[in-house]
Amino acid sequence: MASYTLQVNGKSYTIEADPQMPLLWAIRDLVGLTGTKYGCGIAQCGACTVHFNGMPVRSCSMPVSAAVNQKITTIEGLSDDNSHPVQQAWIAEQVPQCGYCQSGQIMAAAALLKKNNNPSEKEIDQAMQGHICRCGTYGRIRKAIKTAAVNMQKA
Amino acid sequence: MNKTAQNISRRNFIRLSGMSGAALTIGFYLPALGKDATRIMRGDIADSMGIALNAFISIDTSGKVTIFNHRSEMGQGAYQVVPQMIAEELEVNLDDINIIFAPGNAKKYGSQITGGSSTVRGAYKHLLRTGASAREMLVQAAAGKWSAAKEDCYAENGQVLHRPSGKKFGYGELVEDASKLEPPKNVVLKLRKDYKIIGKPLPRQDTPLKVNGKAVFGLDKKLPGMLYAVVERSPRFTGKVKSFDDSAAKAVKGVKHVIKVQRGVFANLQEGVAVVADNLWAAMQGRKALKVEWDDTGFEHLNTAELYKRMNEDLEKPFLSQRTGGNFDGAFAKAAKKLEAVYETPYESHSCMEPLSCVAHYHDNKLDVWGPIQAPDWIQDDLCDRFKLKPEDVTINMTFLGGGFGRKAFTDYPHEAAEISKAINAPVQVVWTREDDTTQGPFRPGAVYGCKAGLSDGGRIQAFQTKMAAQNMGHQNPGADRSSYNDSTTEGFLESYFESIPNYSFGDVPTKSPIPVMWWRSVYSSTNGFAFESFMDELAIAAGKDPLDFRRSHLYNERYQNLITILEEKTGWKSRSKNSGWGVAITECFRSIVGEAVKVSKGADGKVKIDKVVAVMDCGWYVNPDIVKAQVEGSIIMALGAAVTHATHFEDGKAVEKNFDTYKMPRITDTPDIEVHIVENDEKAGGVGEPGLPPFAPALCNAIFDLTGKRIRKLPFKLEEV
Repeated sequence: MASYTLQVNGKSYTIEADPQMPLLWAIRDLVGLTGTKYGCGIAQCGACTVHFNGMPVRSCSMPVSAAVNQKITTIEGLSDDNSHPVQQAWIAEQVPQCGYCQSGQIMAAAALLKKNNNPSEKEIDQAMQGHICRCGTYGRIRKAIKTAAVNMQKA
Repeated sequence: MNKTAQNISRRNFIRLSGMSGAALTIGFYLPALGKDATRIMRGDIADSMGIALNAFISIDTSGKVTIFNHRSEMGQGAYQVVPQMIAEELEVNLDDINIIFAPGNAKKYGSQITGGSSTVRGAYKHLLRTGASAREMLVQAAAGKWSAAKEDCYAENGQVLHRPSGKKFGYGELVEDASKLEPPKNVVLKLRKDYKIIGKPLPRQDTPLKVNGKAVFGLDKKLPGMLYAVVERSPRFTGKVKSFDDSAAKAVKGVKHVIKVQRGVFANLQEGVAVVADNLWAAMQGRKALKVEWDDTGFEHLNTAELYKRMNEDLEKPFLSQRTGGNFDGAFAKAAKKLEAVYETPYESHSCMEPLSCVAHYHDNKLDVWGPIQAPDWIQDDLCDRFKLKPEDVTINMTFLGGGFGRKAFTDYPHEAAEISKAINAPVQVVWTREDDTTQGPFRPGAVYGCKAGLSDGGRIQAFQTKMAAQNMGHQNPGADRSSYNDSTTEGFLESYFESIPNYSFGDVPTKSPIPVMWWRSVYSSTNGFAFESFMDELAIAAGKDPLDFRRSHLYNERYQNLITILEEKTGWKSRSKNSGWGVAITECFRSIVGEAVKVSKGADGKVKIDKVVAVMDCGWYVNPDIVKAQVEGSIIMALGAAVTHATHFEDGKAVEKNFDTYKMPRITDTPDIEVHIVENDEKAGGVGEPGLPPFAPALCNAIFDLTGKRIRKLPFKLEEV
């Protein structure tokens, strides 16, 4: 066990954790932000995706010790009021069904659009192929990313 | 079995909804076993009679409307469609309705299981009547206050208006008076043409919570002082704990307890060893350090090949007949053309994105449970029986479900959590890892179908038979009559075919296997549909007919004919070129009829790919067209998975696929364009969440046959290997 300081959504959290504890469980159980989800624990499904210095990473497969003083953004930090263009597009296209995987999907889409504000369908598929949705909302995810891209270009 | 439901007393409801002061509370009561008619009752009257209502609405003096939702929200949209129905008849805006999944002290009443695509079709008339009754009581109360004729008063937008004078009261001002009135004996429901809210694609109220991480799923539930548990369960389904060494597990910092636990899975008590810690990661580390020796005495170490060999052999045995008409054997013997085919479908894991979890707190001879739960009433029954508790001492709280698909209608995971909480005398959350969730079952049963049919010279079906060899889910229950036939062998078959096919026979041979099996989205239709509609395609081709024309000529009912016409129009069916890769299938499930057409082609690499799916959904009366479309889209993707990307295999009596690296789910890159059309008609409401699933796999395989001439009779298969 060791003491770690994490920077999550612009706030500092000091936690006591096993160095090998995945960042996912540190965020969920020690920091107390439960929007980031556990899906597989082996970086296959993307439900646990957070931004790590702006890059999408699988928090289930990153030890908490590697995250110290790095800039971490979770779904709760994307906006205060659902105003992020990706959240808006997810609402406009009515993407979620059960909603469990959507935190990860949204974080991946936000990271994609930050890098590329006009992705082709192929680029969307490439960026999102690491994310599983058992409800099968993929078609709407594609549409919502395009909608968000259009709105981001207008803004 | 004595069915108790997770119903709610008015007092508890008012406490949970945070309301104060006078309120008009009204709900419906669905008696068990269908002995009495459904009744609309006032909450206080129900309380005084000791009756707990199945669903409630309540309006307080501020005019706020609160609904106690009687169904789980697992993605299918119950959170949206129930308020949409109430708002329509109650004459309020959807935004004015607050919805809660509130449990209560249960008494003995109707089923609350969210399954069988029944949220709307099972209760819509009651929900509409409940809303309309409340509206009429408010109108009556206003008429009383004004000493006006009720006919001169009407409700609109949360108010009652007096037509001649233009005077009005907000609902909140009327609840005190209305709460003393009797619900009307008969209410007139609105006509469809007058709907303002039903039938509209209004955005779901739960979407904002699901784009910012605020929706609370089972795994997100926390209680003060709660410990976390993971359980090492027998990898072979009926294994018992012979011994375990917990010394290394207990050495992990944070681990508090290591105990043997059990959970009821049908007639078995399945065993495991729970590691309980003050955080989940520590519990997981402790579990890794645990050494358990299992006793598998009497358990068959079978594998998938042996299991399917057994099912194929079962097809040769005498079968249990479920439904017959005419004389199949005689007509088949005389038929001008005879066809026979065998179809195979795999075992599957439900693999909800949210693995199973459950929070339980056993204290003071009471049990409180929180979790992603599809069947609160069954769970309550089960826990009352097992812990010898009274229903009022067992409270089942439902969170949002991160998928359900049938798995979360089972009672084992709350049972296990309750056992652990009782043993350690603390609130506990039991978390199933993805591996636990994928390997422990119960699984969708695999099935093998033997199909036979005879055609006349003119290409009409004279005789049709399917025999299913599969585990019978019902035979697993304690005390089940294992000589009984499977009553689902016609599930998925179009009802209208029974009118046109003069000689038919449906039955099953229950395959013996120790693998626990249960419902998976669309239940037996999910596998039956593949056999029925692949074989129908083979018959059409043998008869030299167009696949849609062939079906049409055997479907006398106008409803089916209409669906075929829409499919033809939406796909451009008649103008397609020959062998261009179009396939079609139509199935009927939970009183909805769905036709799907799939278009495949060969890519530049010569491999088959799916270009497009066109679905036509006839679910009769519906609430929200966008939710209907979303459910069909999702059903198609889930069917795609079971057709071409995943299956559960068994080796040495254990499930082989453990996580998404081997149980490969369909991904965005596998997703074709999907177009969903809803049939507009005046039929009764049918299911929405499941019926879109069964026709996809046969339509896909029929399309592949159309393109390549290769007939696929065994699922799953790899598209790239066609």
